[in-house]
Amino acid sequence: MSAYQGLQAESVTFHGHGGDGGEAYYARPLRAGKFPGIVVIMHLPGWDEWIIEVTRKFAHHGFAAISPHLYFREGAGSPDDIGARVRAAGGVADEQVMGDVAGAIDYLRAQPNANGKIGIIGFCSGGRHAYLAACKLAGIDAVVDCWGGNVIVDNPKDLNAKRPVAPIDLTEKLSSPLLGIFGNDDQNPTADQVDRTEAVLKKLGKNYEFHRYDAAGHAFFNTARDAFRPEQAMDGWRKVFAFFNRHLATSAAGVAAE
Amino acid sequence: MCSYIVEKAALVGSAKGRKGWMRIDTANVYFDHPYYSTLDHVLAIDFTNEGEGGRDRVAIELSADSARALVDRILAALASGEIAHPSAPAAIDAQPARQDAVRQEAVR
Repeated sequence: MSAYQGLQAESVTFHGHGGDGGEAYYARPLRAGKFPGIVVIMHLPGWDEWIIEVTRKFAHHGFAAISPHLYFREGAGSPDDIGARVRAAGGVADEQVMGDVAGAIDYLRAQPNANGKIGIIGFCSGGRHAYLAACKLAGIDAVVDCWGGNVIVDNPKDLNAKRPVAPIDLTEKLSSPLLGIFGNDDQNPTADQVDRTEAVLKKLGKNYEFHRYDAAGHAFFNTARDAFRPEQAMDGWRKVFAFFNRHLATSAAGVAAE
Repeated sequence: MCSYIVEKAALVGSAKGRKGWMRIDTANVYFDHPYYSTLDHVLAIDFTNEGEGGRDRVAIELSADSARALVDRILAALASGEIAHPSAPAAIDAQPARQDAVRQEAVR
Protein backbone atom coordinates (compact mmCIF):
# COMPACT_ATOMS: atom_id res chain seq x y z
CA MET A 1 0.00 0.00 0.00
CA SER A 2 1.43 3.36 -0.97
CA ALA A 3 1.85 6.20 1.50
CA TYR A 4 -1.02 8.64 2.04
CA GLN A 5 -0.57 11.36 -0.57
CA GLY A 6 -2.15 14.40 1.07
CA LEU A 7 -0.18 17.60 1.32
CA GLN A 8 -0.71 21.09 2.65
CA ALA A 9 0.62 24.17 0.95
CA GLU A 10 0.23 27.76 2.06
CA SER A 11 1.80 31.17 2.43
CA VAL A 12 3.77 31.56 5.65
CA THR A 13 5.91 34.25 7.22
CA PHE A 14 9.59 33.59 7.68
CA HIS A 15 12.37 35.83 8.95
CA GLY A 16 15.19 36.45 6.55
CA HIS A 17 18.22 38.69 6.30
CA GLY A 18 18.36 41.26 9.06
CA GLY A 19 15.40 39.62 10.78
CA ASP A 20 13.02 41.01 8.16
CA GLY A 21 9.70 39.20 8.04
CA GLY A 22 8.66 38.07 4.58
CA GLU A 23 6.39 35.77 2.66
CA ALA A 24 7.27 32.23 1.70
CA TYR A 25 5.38 29.30 0.21
CA TYR A 26 5.56 26.20 2.39
CA ALA A 27 4.38 22.76 1.30
CA ARG A 28 4.66 19.52 3.25
CA PRO A 29 3.16 16.04 3.38
CA LEU A 30 0.16 15.64 5.66
CA ARG A 31 0.97 12.10 6.75
CA ALA A 32 2.67 11.49 10.08
CA GLY A 33 6.43 11.36 10.11
CA LYS A 34 9.60 13.37 9.98
CA PHE A 35 10.60 14.85 6.66
CA PRO A 36 13.75 16.38 5.19
CA GLY A 37 13.54 20.09 4.49
CA ILE A 38 14.17 21.65 1.09
CA VAL A 39 14.68 25.33 0.33
CA VAL A 40 13.61 26.09 -3.24
CA ILE A 41 15.36 29.17 -4.59
CA MET A 42 13.49 31.08 -7.29
CA HIS A 43 14.98 32.57 -10.43
CA LEU A 44 15.46 36.24 -11.23
CA PRO A 45 12.18 36.95 -13.08
CA GLY A 46 10.32 36.35 -9.88
CA TRP A 47 8.41 34.16 -7.49
CA ASP A 48 6.38 32.62 -10.27
CA GLU A 49 3.85 29.84 -10.58
CA TRP A 50 6.42 27.31 -11.74
CA ILE A 51 8.52 27.77 -8.61
CA ILE A 52 5.37 27.36 -6.51
CA GLU A 53 4.57 24.15 -8.43
CA VAL A 54 8.10 22.87 -7.83
CA THR A 55 7.70 23.51 -4.10
CA ARG A 56 4.53 21.41 -4.06
CA LYS A 57 6.29 18.73 -6.11
CA PHE A 58 8.81 18.28 -3.32
CA ALA A 59 6.00 17.88 -0.80
CA HIS A 60 4.44 15.24 -3.05
CA HIS A 61 7.76 13.41 -2.96
CA GLY A 62 8.01 13.42 0.81
CA PHE A 63 9.85 16.61 1.64
CA ALA A 64 8.88 19.71 3.60
CA ALA A 65 9.71 22.45 1.12
CA ILE A 66 9.80 26.20 1.40
CA SER A 67 10.26 28.79 -1.31
CA PRO A 68 11.04 32.22 0.13
CA HIS A 69 9.90 35.20 -1.90
CA LEU A 70 13.29 36.83 -2.26
CA TYR A 71 11.72 40.15 -3.30
CA PHE A 72 9.29 40.48 -0.39
CA ARG A 73 10.89 43.72 0.74
CA GLU A 74 9.34 45.42 -2.31
CA GLY A 75 5.96 45.14 -0.65
CA ALA A 76 2.61 43.94 -1.94
CA GLY A 77 1.93 43.40 -5.60
CA SER A 78 1.99 40.77 -8.26
CA PRO A 79 5.27 38.81 -8.35
CA ASP A 80 5.94 39.80 -11.96
CA ASP A 81 5.63 43.53 -11.29
CA ILE A 82 7.78 43.19 -8.19
CA GLY A 83 10.35 41.19 -10.15
CA ALA A 84 10.49 43.90 -12.80
CA ARG A 85 11.21 46.54 -10.17
CA VAL A 86 13.95 44.45 -8.57
CA ARG A 87 15.53 43.85 -11.96
CA ALA A 88 15.48 47.57 -12.74
CA ALA A 89 17.29 48.14 -9.45
CA GLY A 90 20.04 45.67 -10.41
CA GLY A 91 18.75 42.60 -8.62
CA VAL A 92 19.14 41.59 -4.99
CA ALA A 93 22.44 41.42 -3.15
CA ASP A 94 24.01 38.03 -2.55
CA GLU A 95 24.38 38.84 1.14
CA GLN A 96 20.65 39.49 1.44
CA VAL A 97 19.76 36.30 -0.41
CA MET A 98 22.06 34.28 1.85
CA GLY A 99 20.32 35.78 4.87
CA ASP A 100 16.95 34.91 3.42
CA VAL A 101 18.00 31.32 2.64
CA ALA A 102 19.36 30.98 6.18
CA GLY A 103 16.02 32.26 7.48
CA ALA A 104 14.15 29.73 5.36
CA ILE A 105 16.38 26.96 6.76
CA ASP A 106 15.58 28.15 10.28
CA TYR A 107 11.88 28.02 9.46
CA LEU A 108 12.16 24.41 8.29
CA ARG A 109 14.19 23.35 11.30
CA ALA A 110 11.63 24.88 13.67
CA GLN A 111 8.77 22.76 12.34
CA PRO A 112 7.69 19.69 14.32
CA ASN A 113 7.87 17.53 11.17
CA ALA A 114 11.57 18.26 10.55
CA ASN A 115 13.95 15.32 10.40
CA GLY A 116 16.91 17.65 10.86
CA LYS A 117 18.27 17.39 7.33
CA ILE A 118 18.29 20.31 4.90
CA GLY A 119 18.66 20.39 1.13
CA ILE A 120 18.85 23.42 -1.13
CA ILE A 121 17.84 23.58 -4.78
CA GLY A 122 17.91 26.57 -7.08
CA PHE A 123 17.17 27.22 -10.71
CA CYS A 124 18.91 29.67 -13.03
CA SER A 125 20.11 32.58 -10.86
CA GLY A 126 18.77 30.48 -7.99
CA GLY A 127 21.18 27.72 -9.01
CA ARG A 128 24.01 30.17 -8.52
CA HIS A 129 22.51 31.15 -5.16
CA ALA A 130 22.29 27.47 -4.18
CA TYR A 131 25.99 26.98 -5.00
CA LEU A 132 26.80 30.10 -3.01
CA ALA A 133 24.70 28.95 -0.05
CA ALA A 134 26.53 25.63 0.07
CA CYS A 135 29.80 27.58 0.29
CA LYS A 136 28.68 30.21 2.77
CA LEU A 137 26.01 28.77 5.06
CA ALA A 138 26.30 26.12 7.74
CA GLY A 139 23.91 23.24 8.23
CA ILE A 140 23.21 22.27 4.63
CA ASP A 141 23.28 18.54 3.92
CA ALA A 142 22.88 18.50 0.14
CA VAL A 143 22.65 21.08 -2.62
CA VAL A 144 21.36 20.99 -6.20
CA ASP A 145 22.42 23.58 -8.75
CA CYS A 146 20.16 23.54 -11.79
CA TRP A 147 21.92 25.43 -14.60
CA GLY A 148 23.10 28.28 -12.42
CA GLY A 149 24.99 30.76 -14.57
CA ASN A 150 27.73 33.12 -13.48
CA VAL A 151 29.17 30.62 -11.00
CA ILE A 152 32.27 31.33 -13.04
CA VAL A 153 32.74 35.03 -13.79
CA ASP A 154 35.10 35.53 -16.72
CA ASN A 155 34.80 39.31 -16.84
CA PRO A 156 35.70 40.99 -13.52
CA LYS A 157 33.47 43.91 -14.54
CA ASP A 158 30.51 41.62 -13.89
CA LEU A 159 31.32 41.70 -10.18
CA ASN A 160 29.79 44.55 -8.22
CA ALA A 161 28.63 45.54 -4.75
CA LYS A 162 25.61 43.22 -4.92
CA ARG A 163 27.54 40.28 -6.39
CA PRO A 164 31.10 40.89 -5.19
CA VAL A 165 32.51 37.37 -5.47
CA ALA A 166 32.32 34.66 -8.11
CA PRO A 167 30.92 31.55 -6.41
CA ILE A 168 33.60 29.38 -7.99
CA ASP A 169 36.18 31.24 -5.90
CA LEU A 170 34.45 30.02 -2.73
CA THR A 171 34.41 26.36 -3.75
CA GLU A 172 36.99 25.39 -1.15
CA LYS A 173 34.33 26.17 1.45
CA LEU A 174 31.68 23.97 -0.20
CA SER A 175 30.47 21.94 2.74
CA SER A 176 27.84 19.59 1.32
CA PRO A 177 27.44 17.13 -1.54
CA LEU A 178 26.58 18.93 -4.79
CA LEU A 179 24.42 17.76 -7.68
CA GLY A 180 24.65 19.76 -10.88
CA ILE A 181 22.10 19.54 -13.71
CA PHE A 182 22.96 21.22 -17.01
CA GLY A 183 21.83 21.41 -20.62
CA ASN A 184 24.63 21.18 -23.14
CA ASP A 185 23.02 23.85 -25.34
CA ASP A 186 22.89 26.39 -22.52
CA GLN A 187 24.70 29.69 -23.12
CA ASN A 188 25.03 30.54 -19.44
CA PRO A 189 26.50 28.39 -18.11
CA THR A 190 28.15 27.14 -21.28
CA ALA A 191 29.36 23.56 -21.52
CA ASP A 192 32.89 24.89 -21.16
CA GLN A 193 32.01 26.73 -17.94
CA VAL A 194 30.39 23.59 -16.56
CA ASP A 195 33.59 21.69 -17.38
CA ARG A 196 35.69 24.31 -15.64
CA THR A 197 33.45 24.25 -12.57
CA GLU A 198 33.77 20.48 -12.44
CA ALA A 199 37.55 20.73 -12.75
CA VAL A 200 37.68 22.95 -9.66
CA LEU A 201 35.42 20.62 -7.68
CA LYS A 202 37.54 17.64 -8.69
CA LYS A 203 40.80 19.38 -7.87
CA LEU A 204 39.52 20.29 -4.40
CA GLY A 205 38.24 16.77 -3.77
CA LYS A 206 34.62 17.81 -3.33
CA ASN A 207 31.68 15.41 -3.24
CA TYR A 208 29.78 16.20 -6.42
CA GLU A 209 28.00 14.69 -9.38
CA PHE A 210 27.27 16.54 -12.61
CA HIS A 211 24.75 15.47 -15.23
CA ARG A 212 24.79 17.03 -18.67
CA TYR A 213 21.96 16.65 -21.15
CA ASP A 214 22.15 16.79 -24.92
CA ALA A 215 19.43 18.57 -26.90
CA ALA A 216 18.61 20.65 -23.84
CA GLY A 217 19.40 24.25 -23.02
CA HIS A 218 18.60 26.54 -20.18
CA ALA A 219 15.62 25.83 -17.92
CA PHE A 220 14.72 22.55 -19.59
CA PHE A 221 12.68 21.44 -16.53
CA ASN A 222 10.37 24.41 -16.97
CA THR A 223 7.03 23.16 -18.27
CA ALA A 224 5.93 26.74 -18.93
CA ARG A 225 8.63 27.33 -21.52
CA ASP A 226 9.44 26.18 -25.02
CA ALA A 227 12.76 25.13 -23.45
CA PHE A 228 11.02 22.22 -21.72
CA ARG A 229 12.51 18.86 -22.69
CA PRO A 230 10.31 16.16 -21.19
CA GLU A 231 12.67 13.20 -21.51
CA GLN A 232 15.68 15.04 -20.14
CA ALA A 233 13.61 16.72 -17.45
CA MET A 234 12.14 13.44 -16.21
CA ASP A 235 15.59 11.92 -15.97
CA GLY A 236 16.88 15.04 -14.23
CA TRP A 237 14.08 15.01 -11.67
CA ARG A 238 14.77 11.34 -10.93
CA LYS A 239 18.38 12.23 -10.24
CA VAL A 240 17.36 15.15 -8.00
CA PHE A 241 15.06 12.99 -5.87
CA ALA A 242 17.54 10.12 -5.69
CA PHE A 243 20.24 12.56 -4.58
CA PHE A 244 18.12 14.19 -1.91
CA ASN A 245 16.77 10.86 -0.66
CA ARG A 246 20.31 9.53 -0.41
CA HIS A 247 21.61 12.46 1.59
CA LEU A 248 18.58 13.68 3.52
CA ALA A 249 16.29 10.79 4.39
CA THR A 250 16.55 9.40 7.89
CA SER A 251 13.77 6.83 7.63
CA ALA A 252 11.53 5.17 5.09
CA ALA A 253 8.64 7.25 6.44
CA GLY A 254 10.31 10.39 5.22
CA VAL A 255 10.49 9.58 1.55
CA ALA A 256 8.01 8.77 -1.14
CA ALA A 257 8.42 6.73 -4.27
CA GLU A 258 10.46 8.47 -6.94
CA MET B 1 20.60 32.31 -17.38
CA CYS B 2 18.94 35.32 -15.89
CA SER B 3 21.04 38.40 -16.49
CA TYR B 4 20.92 41.68 -14.67
CA ILE B 5 21.46 43.81 -17.77
CA VAL B 6 18.86 46.53 -18.14
CA GLU B 7 18.94 49.37 -20.64
CA LYS B 8 17.12 52.42 -19.36
CA ALA B 9 15.54 55.00 -21.66
CA ALA B 10 14.21 58.33 -20.42
CA LEU B 11 10.81 58.94 -21.96
CA VAL B 12 8.22 61.65 -22.19
CA GLY B 13 4.88 60.05 -22.75
CA SER B 14 1.98 58.09 -21.39
CA ALA B 15 0.79 54.51 -21.31
CA LYS B 16 -2.44 52.75 -20.49
CA GLY B 17 -2.32 50.06 -17.85
CA ARG B 18 -4.60 48.36 -15.40
CA LYS B 19 -5.53 51.64 -13.73
CA GLY B 20 -6.04 53.54 -16.97
CA TRP B 21 -3.73 56.12 -18.44
CA MET B 22 -0.59 57.21 -16.65
CA ARG B 23 2.39 59.38 -17.43
CA ILE B 24 5.61 57.47 -18.02
CA ASP B 25 9.17 58.69 -17.74
CA THR B 26 11.23 55.51 -18.14
CA ALA B 27 11.46 52.37 -20.22
CA ASN B 28 13.45 49.50 -18.74
CA VAL B 29 14.53 47.34 -21.66
CA TYR B 30 16.13 43.91 -21.38
CA PHE B 31 16.57 40.65 -23.26
CA ASP B 32 16.18 37.77 -20.86
CA HIS B 33 13.89 35.01 -19.69
CA PRO B 34 10.25 36.03 -19.73
CA TYR B 35 7.73 35.94 -16.95
CA TYR B 36 4.70 35.11 -19.09
CA SER B 37 5.79 34.14 -22.59
CA THR B 38 6.75 30.55 -23.36
CA LEU B 39 9.79 31.71 -25.34
CA ASP B 40 13.20 31.03 -23.88
CA HIS B 41 14.18 34.68 -24.16
CA VAL B 42 12.21 37.82 -24.87
CA LEU B 43 12.86 41.47 -25.45
CA ALA B 44 10.98 42.95 -22.53
CA ILE B 45 10.05 46.56 -21.97
CA ASP B 46 8.59 47.90 -18.74
CA PHE B 47 7.13 51.37 -19.11
CA THR B 48 7.07 53.07 -15.72
CA ASN B 49 6.98 56.41 -13.99
CA GLU B 50 9.99 56.30 -11.72
CA GLY B 51 9.32 59.87 -10.69
CA GLU B 52 6.22 58.57 -8.97
CA GLY B 53 7.88 55.52 -7.45
CA GLY B 54 7.77 53.21 -10.44
CA ARG B 55 5.31 50.80 -8.85
CA ASP B 56 2.96 50.63 -11.83
CA ARG B 57 4.12 49.47 -15.20
CA VAL B 58 2.93 48.58 -18.65
CA ALA B 59 4.88 45.51 -19.71
CA ILE B 60 5.50 43.79 -23.00
CA GLU B 61 7.46 40.65 -23.88
CA LEU B 62 8.44 40.23 -27.55
CA SER B 63 10.37 37.69 -29.56
CA ALA B 64 13.73 39.01 -30.75
CA ASP B 65 12.64 39.06 -34.39
CA SER B 66 9.39 40.84 -33.71
CA ALA B 67 11.16 43.34 -31.45
CA ARG B 68 13.55 44.21 -34.27
CA ALA B 69 10.63 44.51 -36.67
CA LEU B 70 8.92 46.80 -34.19
CA VAL B 71 11.99 49.03 -33.93
CA ASP B 72 11.98 49.28 -37.72
CA ARG B 73 8.27 50.17 -37.81
CA ILE B 74 8.69 52.76 -35.04
CA LEU B 75 11.42 54.48 -37.01
CA ALA B 76 9.34 54.26 -40.18
CA ALA B 77 6.31 55.74 -38.43
CA LEU B 78 8.41 58.57 -37.03
CA ALA B 79 9.93 59.29 -40.42
CA SER B 80 6.64 59.40 -42.28
CA GLY B 81 4.83 61.12 -39.43
CA GLU B 82 7.41 63.86 -39.08
CA ILE B 83 7.18 64.56 -42.79
CA ALA B 84 3.43 64.88 -42.45
CA HIS B 85 3.66 66.88 -39.20
CA PRO B 86 7.02 68.66 -39.32
CA SER B 87 6.54 70.59 -36.06
CA ALA B 88 4.66 67.94 -34.11
CA PRO B 89 4.92 68.82 -30.37
CA ALA B 90 5.08 65.14 -29.41
CA ALA B 91 8.22 64.66 -31.46
CA ILE B 92 9.82 67.74 -29.90
CA ASP B 93 9.01 66.61 -26.34
CA ALA B 94 9.94 63.00 -26.73
CA GLN B 95 13.23 63.43 -28.51
CA PRO B 96 15.35 66.34 -27.32
CA ALA B 97 18.10 65.21 -29.67
CA ARG B 98 15.73 65.63 -32.60
CA GLN B 99 14.33 68.90 -31.35
CA ASP B 100 16.90 71.03 -33.12
CA ALA B 101 16.51 69.10 -36.35
CA VAL B 102 12.76 69.53 -36.31
CA ARG B 103 13.03 73.23 -35.53
CA GLN B 104 15.60 73.78 -38.23
CA GLU B 105 13.33 72.11 -40.69
CA ALA B 106 10.47 74.35 -39.58
CA VAL B 107 12.63 77.46 -40.01
CA ARG B 108 13.56 76.49 -43.53
